[in-house]
Amino acid sequence: MIPFDYRRAEDTDGAVATVAGNPRAAFLGGGTNLVDHMKLGVAEPELLVDVTRLPLDRVDRLPGGGLRIGAAVRNSDLAADHDVRERYPVLSQALLAGASGQLRNLATTGGNLLQRTRCVYFQDVTTPCNKREPGQGCSALEGYSRYHAVLGASRHCVAVHPSDMAVALTALDAGVRVQGPDGERTVAVADLHRLPGEHPEWDTVLNHGELITAVELPELPMAARSRYRKVRDRASYAFALVSVAAALDLSGGTIRDVRIALGGVAHKPWRATLAEAALRGAPPAADEFRAAAEAELADAQPLRDNGFKVPMARNTLVSVLSELAGEELR
Amino acid sequence: MEAEITLTVDGARRTLAVDTRVTLLDALRERLGVTSPKKGCGHGQCGACTVLLDGRRATTCLALAVAHDGARITTSAGLAGTDELHPLHQAFLDHDGFQCGYCTPGQICSAAGVLDEAERGWPSAVTANITDITDTAGAPALDAGEIRERMSGNLCRCGAYPNIVAAVAAVAEGRSR
Amino acid sequence: MTELLRPRSMGQARERVDGAAKVTGRARYAFEQPVERPAYVHPVQATIARGRVRTMHTGDAAALDGVLTVLTPDNAPLLATGHDPELEILQSPEVAFRGQLIGAVIAETPETARQAAGLVRADYERQPHDVTLSPERDDLYRPDVVNPSLPTDTGQGDVDAALRAAEHTVAATYTTAMYHNNPMEPHATVALWDEGGLTLHDSTQGVHAMREAVAPVLGLDKERIRVIARYVGGGFGSKGTAHAHIVLAALAAKRMPGRPVKLALTRQQMFSLAGYRTPTIQRVRLAADAAGRLTAIGNDVVEQTSRIKEFAEQTGVPARTTYAAPNRRTTHRLAALDVPVPSWMRAPGECPGMFGPEVAMDELAEDCGLDPVELRVRNEPETDPDTGLPFSSRDLVGCLHEGARRFGWQRRERAPRSRIEDGWWTGTGVASSTYPVHSAPGTSATVRLGRDGSFEVLIGAVDIGTGAWTILTQIAADALGVPAEDVHLHLGDTDLPQAPVAGGSSGTTNWGTAIVEAARSFREKYGADAGPGDELIATVPANPHSDRFAMRAFGAQFAEVRVHAATGEVRVPRLLGVFAAGRIVNPRTARSQFIGGMTMGLSMALHEDSVFDERFGFVVNHDLAEYHIAACADVESIEAQWLDEHDPYVNPMGTKGIGEIGIVGTAAAIANAAYHATGVRIRDLPVTADKFLD
Ligand SMILES: Cc1cc2nc3c(=O)[nH]c(=O)nc-3n(C[C@H](O)[C@H](O)[C@H](O)COP(=O)(O)OP(=O)(O)OC[C@H]3O[C@@H](n4cnc5c(N)ncnc54)[C@H](O)[C@@H]3O)c2cc1C
Ligand code: SF4
Ligand code: FES
Ligand code: FES
Repeated sequence: MIPFDYRRAEDTDGAVATVAGNPRAAFLGGGTNLVDHMKLGVAEPELLVDVTRLPLDRVDRLPGGGLRIGAAVRNSDLAADHDVRERYPVLSQALLAGASGQLRNLATTGGNLLQRTRCVYFQDVTTPCNKREPGQGCSALEGYSRYHAVLGASRHCVAVHPSDMAVALTALDAGVRVQGPDGERTVAVADLHRLPGEHPEWDTVLNHGELITAVELPELPMAARSRYRKVRDRASYAFALVSVAAALDLSGGTIRDVRIALGGVAHKPWRATLAEAALRGAPPAADEFRAAAEAELADAQPLRDNGFKVPMARNTLVSVLSELAGEELR
Repeated sequence: MEAEITLTVDGARRTLAVDTRVTLLDALRERLGVTSPKKGCGHGQCGACTVLLDGRRATTCLALAVAHDGARITTSAGLAGTDELHPLHQAFLDHDGFQCGYCTPGQICSAAGVLDEAERGWPSAVTANITDITDTAGAPALDAGEIRERMSGNLCRCGAYPNIVAAVAAVAEGRSR
Repeated sequence: MTELLRPRSMGQARERVDGAAKVTGRARYAFEQPVERPAYVHPVQATIARGRVRTMHTGDAAALDGVLTVLTPDNAPLLATGHDPELEILQSPEVAFRGQLIGAVIAETPETARQAAGLVRADYERQPHDVTLSPERDDLYRPDVVNPSLPTDTGQGDVDAALRAAEHTVAATYTTAMYHNNPMEPHATVALWDEGGLTLHDSTQGVHAMREAVAPVLGLDKERIRVIARYVGGGFGSKGTAHAHIVLAALAAKRMPGRPVKLALTRQQMFSLAGYRTPTIQRVRLAADAAGRLTAIGNDVVEQTSRIKEFAEQTGVPARTTYAAPNRRTTHRLAALDVPVPSWMRAPGECPGMFGPEVAMDELAEDCGLDPVELRVRNEPETDPDTGLPFSSRDLVGCLHEGARRFGWQRRERAPRSRIEDGWWTGTGVASSTYPVHSAPGTSATVRLGRDGSFEVLIGAVDIGTGAWTILTQIAADALGVPAEDVHLHLGDTDLPQAPVAGGSSGTTNWGTAIVEAARSFREKYGADAGPGDELIATVPANPHSDRFAMRAFGAQFAEVRVHAATGEVRVPRLLGVFAAGRIVNPRTARSQFIGGMTMGLSMALHEDSVFDERFGFVVNHDLAEYHIAACADVESIEAQWLDEHDPYVNPMGTKGIGEIGIVGTAAAIANAAYHATGVRIRDLPVTADKFLD
């Protein structure tokens, strides 16, 4: 780790100005990902601006019925929030399925969204990695790829985004409030993370110095019946092989609306638009679920070690939807 | 780059100058000689460094000391306050919830956090119905499955898990009575 | 026959002597020794798997504020060579594996040392490396012996012919993965080199063993080295032999005379510097007659070692001794590769070597239409099939029967894939377990009467979590005929009488016997009128019964496994182990040892897999987030039981050693249960979700 300066941000404007003005500055949340990378030599900021003391640590109800989650809200507090549990249980479940109790007490909403891939080659500076050093080549492409992408990857990078929370937020159509030197904007969570394409070094569409101030959940009554299911190699404290966030709205024997996002399959939380389209208006039957899942995964391109993710994602999606349908019909 | 910080560790106020790179764990172990929290991985992956940070369980190996200036830290060594042993200590002894002892102070701090979180009604990944908002009086019962999930951030290579779960369950039961 | 010590304190479930110190965290481990003004060492590792270092660029590192020295092969103190290539670090520019030590930084703080180590650049002359383990290699070789010094190959009769003639046969290849011991406490050494000599606070399984290993390499008299290890955060074999970092700490200390230096490996560094278990490829063959009686057993094992140092894991050994069969064959062939040096890991040989044969037994049982417990019972030998000697005691059949009864085995469905509950395929499996009784003569202990009438017992043993502090106290109490409260133990220091490593499940045998000898001799010499300060040291002779009996512990492992029908997730809701392992000195700590071993077996079955990237030549999942060991949620019900066993030949306590047997057979029982649950036979560990999906 190289020496760096540390500052506690007093206000958001100042924090944004400081980081935007220094290409080697970074915001610091709980540090559970950034400090990890600094220890490994993957990140080498010269200046850290700690944003955890900013007044962004509340979950507030929005006038329209949604929720506004401050960027500094800790993952544990968010998971335990009563409004979230009642109205967006998929989000609580996703958070609780991530990391461990003692890490969730540190991790922040903003940091969780911007955590970087767990690709083993990315984390080891002695192996080539395009995400860390553009142009070096991708070691995972023909290497250890159990945890890598089957959808939307490029030959430049096949990494997946590791956040569970982001998968739930994607299914919920959340928006990310961002403040930059030129003002504020909202980015849909689904558009926040990029596919790797030619530039895997860019994880997201944010510019340097843009601060996440909040995540906004729209009013979404169907989300009260939502679910997160994570399949992993350990029963707990492990990143997803595959995960599914889904919400289902049934009426009159057909699927009125449905939201699905997949985790562990792509460089970003994967909104399953094809599956959603196939299901809208269809009867809630297992073979419909299966056909929709297969449509979503039709273009999957597995690597050496991860062919299993295709049936695993398909089956997990079918069982989550079946469970939700079962609950609704009951 | 150096910064002066103050920490209250197991009730004692300690002021020290640290390189900004120093983690909370290394500040405790290498600067203050507080070696109850252990370093098993340095990357948030084992839980051996868990303490109560301002009352909540937290790993300390990825937390920068400067970022926690002013914090109140309780390690397993300070958990009992002026008593010799905390009920969790005694339960770990009674149930042989450890072997080599290296993960143990972290397990015990984590267990203290688990009991507190359950009292506050926090759900876990295995809580059957998280939409059922219970107040603290009806906090989720810490059965073995709940304890196992909630304690999973603390690895134990000696494999003391069943005994750890029994120890935590014994204290949880004592509290709910 | 030895007269067994009468148990009074032994057999009691005493609380751990070191318990309070450990739960509060007051017990100080190696790196936590309070020392004045320490300097910190951070290693520099090779980033190629084979070749030589041409130049090391140390200027940037050395220029950093707070850096004291940068060690390289060019400037490191000289070592005596020809003893142990793993330990002869920084003596030549040759690189034999990726991750090998090629330098180190010594600095005022750990942060500076680590930063500076990252600034050291090496230019290499690369050579193509060879790291591929395969049974097809044409350069596999036959080691002279396998660990610790057992015959490489054994044979009797004609296995091929027996297979051709048999009613029922199994012939398949089974593989176990590469495993890393990963004790929770990383390997660490605090070293001080001053006029008095060299003091090492080391995280080790054997203080005397470390001294023996490093003294010749450092060219120091043994008496000038003191090694101390009062508390050790697990080892599982990886702290049983000296590894390169202890020498690095000593070299750094030599560079900083009078100043303590501290070195702790990072978790990542442990994957190339602290030993590991070789992957194994086992070609197992079984033949049986119509009644399920074995006519042949064979295990032909292929595994790896490093090019610079041989370690030949004795994987074929359990096939030599578990079941009767007239035709038998075991072989070991090694590939010497450009890989880190493999070494001991909990139950070397027995642990991987009971995977292939015990899964094959399950396959054979199905082929014979026999219950897997019954198949094993039918093949119980009269005497040790390997040596022909009688067993000093053996109760595998008792373990199988008692386990079957407790586990509810009789309710088991015959056919696989018969039971699905809430979307989970559910099944059960069994496997046998065995581990030898090791003993080494030459262990010493001192008994001394204190001023207050209590006894001090001194021995250089180490408690790595096994409970040695506690059970040696109990043994000493019974040997002296006093309450345990009147015994004060001193452990973990080369200033104490010579003791072998905590390894091979032999601690209690070796150390306990020495303590009993010393106590008996003390009583003989001083009788009832011993006075304060009277003391006596005794040394254990070789066990006279060792040549007359085969000595082994046995056990039976039962597992219940659930496999999720949709996702393939694997869970183990129940494990039961029943062991016949001699007398149990302390049921509380013994139970922990058994379930700890079984937990590690579960971890091996479901999770552990060091992924070796052959392009680079190293383990890429080298941390605890990627190399999964079982977490709390993975371990549901684990029960360990034992049968009373009276064995007057093993040692005066009648104990057989319990630290390792718990891991033996567990993975096979789980793989067998997974088969019973799903009908999918897994012969290659680990048993992961992907293997149940299509
Ligand atoms: C062992 C381990 C296991 C884990 N398992 C899981 C898991 O199973 N599932 C899962 O989802 N996650 C898991 N995590 C990851 C964890 O969730 C993240 O590390 C955490 O959420 C990051 O939050 P933080 O506040 O600590 O971020 P930091 O580490 O502080 O920051 C992360 C990044 O976000 C930037 N940043 C922080 N806040 C802001 C802001 N407000 N605006 C703009 N940029 C910001 C930082 O500059 C940095 O680039 C695991 C982590 C560890 C160490
Ligand atoms: S997958 Fe992406 S992150 Fe991993 S090595 Fe390739 S480029 Fe780097
Ligand atoms: S040392 Fe902090 S989690 Fe392992
Ligand atoms: S007691 Fe040894 S690691 Fe838990």
